[in-house]
Amino acid sequence: MVQVDPFPVRFAPAGDDKADAATVTTPTNSPLALYALRRADDALILGHRLSEWCGHAPMLEEEMALANIGLDLIGQARSLYQYAAELRADGSDEDKLAYLRDAPAYRNLLLVELPNGDFARTILRVFFYSAFADPFWQAMMRSADERLAAIAAKSEKESAYHLRHSAEWVIRLGDGTEESHRRAQEAVDYLWPYTGEMFEADASDRELIAAGIAVDPESLRDAWAKTVSDVLAEATLVQPAAGWMQSGGRSGRHSEHLGHLLAEMQFLQRAYPGATW
Amino acid sequence: MSGAGAGGRDVGHLPSPLRGGWPERSGGSGGGRDSVASPPTTPTPFPSPKGGGESGAATPGPDTLKQRALAAVSEVCDPEIPVLTIADLGVLRGVEAVDGRVEVTITPTYSGCPAMNMMALEIELALARAGISDATIRTVLHPAWTTDWMSEEGRRKLRDYGIAPPSPASGRRALFGREVVACPRCGSEDTERLAEFGSTSCKALWRCRSCREPFDYFKCH
Repeated sequence: MVQVDPFPVRFAPAGDDKADAATVTTPTNSPLALYALRRADDALILGHRLSEWCGHAPMLEEEMALANIGLDLIGQARSLYQYAAELRADGSDEDKLAYLRDAPAYRNLLLVELPNGDFARTILRVFFYSAFADPFWQAMMRSADERLAAIAAKSEKESAYHLRHSAEWVIRLGDGTEESHRRAQEAVDYLWPYTGEMFEADASDRELIAAGIAVDPESLRDAWAKTVSDVLAEATLVQPAAGWMQSGGRSGRHSEHLGHLLAEMQFLQRAYPGATW
Repeated sequence: MSGAGAGGRDVGHLPSPLRGGWPERSGGSGGGRDSVASPPTTPTPFPSPKGGGESGAATPGPDTLKQRALAAVSEVCDPEIPVLTIADLGVLRGVEAVDGRVEVTITPTYSGCPAMNMMALEIELALARAGISDATIRTVLHPAWTTDWMSEEGRRKLRDYGIAPPSPASGRRALFGREVVACPRCGSEDTERLAEFGSTSCKALWRCRSCREPFDYFKCH
């Protein structure tokens, strides 16, 4: 048999909703599956948020940039979901994981599910996320898990590009006009309490960190802080003081925004179960 | 970005982590992993379609099957850049024939490159045209694709087609350093970047200050 498509789009037959629901509400069955799922959810949700700019960006070039970054992230999500689905061995696949889970089963950072807001907030979010993702994937290339290391080697180059692009815009906006500066500063202040969650590690993560499979996020804090403080300083933006940080996404406690995002993203599969191209 | 591009700030002023040289990184793009550090060479050149001496065979042996498969697959082009074959691009990682079955291995350029599905379909069609129906197309992520795998022939074809080829050495330094991109039309190095993201994942939009022509640049990756 010839496999036409290395990433076949397949869904459960219509009328099989119950079995699928049971499948996709099971959050995980191993620390590694959960770890892959969490990173996949981050990439998918941020990728989807960026795709919302399609047709709305302030200029054509930036529209293409945001869509391209979103495409990279959704590509990363696919690799991670495929891995998570294999590890779960529960009949799930990348599409079921993306389209047939409700918000409480998602494990993404709160940071990535927040609405886009204006262009400044969109850019600042990509910047805060990429400033973490870039050293994260670099470190992950040395993971004892070959599959994660391979995904990291691909993702790292993409994240480096996202970081450079967003950092340039942070500087351009912050050190730009009075209005762009004000909007960029508002974005920094709004997003700041959501940046702490990137550095969380629970018992499941720590098991993988001890085994050399996962990256200890604490080890990335200095690199992240230096990138952020250097760029914000260059952008003449004020970095908020360290303070209380939002948390919950990693354990499925989400803001109201994720449900609205999923309602749109999952509409087709929910309305027409099993639809294929 | 016509306005912002002209007044835009370039990356030379960015703080050092963004220009390159993360201290914890060693050994170039391969990191610390041995197998990453020695990527396989670009699988070119391929044998010619007609190896000869196989016409009388009732059941082609593994070598001739492999040769036929190689010849068929090496004709497949990138759907977005039709002057490049998937071998020129470095996407084609290998073709094997085992027990009468063909396995083609490809690797994506960018994680989300939508052309990958199309390339896989084109490979299947090319094999079918060569009479090979028992084939599997396998996608691997490791080692990660780099523009260093693009053949010299591929670079020349790109330039002739009007796309500036990627800088030969990939890696973080090239990624964040000041890039010199020669205009594919007039050869001038007096060029500027208009937009960091272009019409496909793998391209950026540049402009030549000498001949004033805009052009695509195949990004170093």
